[in-house]
Amino acid sequence: MAATEIREVVAVPPRREIRTEEMEINMGPQHPSTHGVLRVVIKVDGEWIRAADPDLGYLHRSFEKLAELRTYPQGIFLTDRWDYLSAMNNNWVYCMAVEKLLGIQVPEKAEWIRVMVSEFQRIASHLVFLGTYGLDMGALTPFFYCFREREKILDLFEELCGARLTYNYIRIGGVSRDIPKGWLDKAEELLDYLAKRFDELDDLLTYNKIFVARTVGIGVIPPEMAMDYGLTGPMIRGSGIPYDVRKAQPYSVYDQIEFDVVTHPGCDCWARVWVRSQEMRQSLRIIKQCIDKLRTFPEPDFVAPYDPSPQVMAKVPPKPKPKPNDVYVCIESPRGELGVYMVSDGSEKPYRMKIRGPAFVNLSVLPAVAPGHKVADLVAIVGNIDIVMGEVDR
Amino acid sequence: MTTEQMEQKLRERFGDAILATRVGLNGLEVRVEPQKLVDICRFLRDDPEMDFNFLRCISAVDWLNEGEFEVVYHLFSFRHRHELVIKVRVPRSNPHVPSVTSVWRTANWHEREAYDLMGIIFDGHPDLRRILLPEGWVGHPLRKDYVHDIERFDDEYAQKILRGEIK
Repeated sequence: MAATEIREVVAVPPRREIRTEEMEINMGPQHPSTHGVLRVVIKVDGEWIRAADPDLGYLHRSFEKLAELRTYPQGIFLTDRWDYLSAMNNNWVYCMAVEKLLGIQVPEKAEWIRVMVSEFQRIASHLVFLGTYGLDMGALTPFFYCFREREKILDLFEELCGARLTYNYIRIGGVSRDIPKGWLDKAEELLDYLAKRFDELDDLLTYNKIFVARTVGIGVIPPEMAMDYGLTGPMIRGSGIPYDVRKAQPYSVYDQIEFDVVTHPGCDCWARVWVRSQEMRQSLRIIKQCIDKLRTFPEPDFVAPYDPSPQVMAKVPPKPKPKPNDVYVCIESPRGELGVYMVSDGSEKPYRMKIRGPAFVNLSVLPAVAPGHKVADLVAIVGNIDIVMGEVDR
Repeated sequence: MTTEQMEQKLRERFGDAILATRVGLNGLEVRVEPQKLVDICRFLRDDPEMDFNFLRCISAVDWLNEGEFEVVYHLFSFRHRHELVIKVRVPRSNPHVPSVTSVWRTANWHEREAYDLMGIIFDGHPDLRRILLPEGWVGHPLRKDYVHDIERFDDEYAQKILRGEIK
């Protein structure tokens, strides 16, 4: 049969005008890629996003109010629940605020322990990010590897303080207990192990062709915009601005530690993933220096629970009452600048505590970035902000 | 730039709008006139010697006994690595503070949070809605005189907002 004949035989659908209209769709709060309970109301034109408006508060537990009703030491356990993937950092920033108000000097060994556990926590948190972000992009395998590696860090933490997720380890004036015998050797072993695994992870995920195709050029945040929206952490360093609280305003013993601030000029989702993968290597460097330093302190024979030695704990009254004052302290958490503004009125409870959550601020850029992308890319952008809803909603 | 230089520069430029200054734990703290807040903030951002391009945090504090709300702005400069605290006090009976979203866009969500939890109204804010609590919540829980009562939740109001009848 000739081509013209075929054309006559095959039924040709009548040509119609395609009706288009903008639709409003809910993404979440039960969407797997929103990492928790985030609802994003999106306006779509076909597959294209025209507007995206995050709706928060599904996990709001009012920590700021709760803290006002508790004494200073009682407030520490609440901090574990802000950002449950980096509880050590939350403990730390809260205790640091109280210590600043009280004018307490923390013992040197405790400072080094704090830096070490906080960097371990950063690796653990970034591993969760890489794993789940790979999952969002359709890469299932790296997720298992990431969680296997994270598990080893949690095992170390468990030996140190008895908990795997909500540690309550860093206390006002120091840490809750000293490092047990042999712990540092295990930690050092883990460093070598992790260094090899990070290279493997790079091959599997960061430089994976499909992954790169999904993330390069997506969610571009120019440096001016990143600054205007107050982004911090890997979000701003992925736009080429070397802002890191550890360098900009060194706290604790970070001024004695050698490390580089990782930046990438790419401004897109892939750049931010790369920054995180490199930051884990910098954390290894920092931990190595901490371990070397901690070996110079005398090792305790036996670490009794709930009985911290003066080596790791300053003298703090059981119910501290700071003089009326206010202070803002911030640290570099895995997600960015985590700050606490604390006001004391001379009583044993804080008069006001405000949490500056990095994920909360970073998420506020979404309505500006998402429009113009496709729906599938929104998953890439939201996942890339690395939100933990416990901290966004507080 | 030292705190004295900073203080001097601000006093020269804005005179009476600077109500009080003190050196606290975060360096210089300046209490300013609410009406002049946006001008001062824009100056702080654009002046090359100040260069406060990063608004870290906006916090609201309820001073019940003094009958005032306080809004605290923590600023930081990436280039000079110095910080500054701006404080504004408004009466509890009429808590209006001009919005600084036109200066730093990051203020948007911080101000929405302060409105939601403390009930401070930011004039000139592009989209002043509750952010953490549901629409229809009555009262502002971080106020010191707030009494929690689940019965007070205004469901009808929330439904109207969801239907778009109330802006």
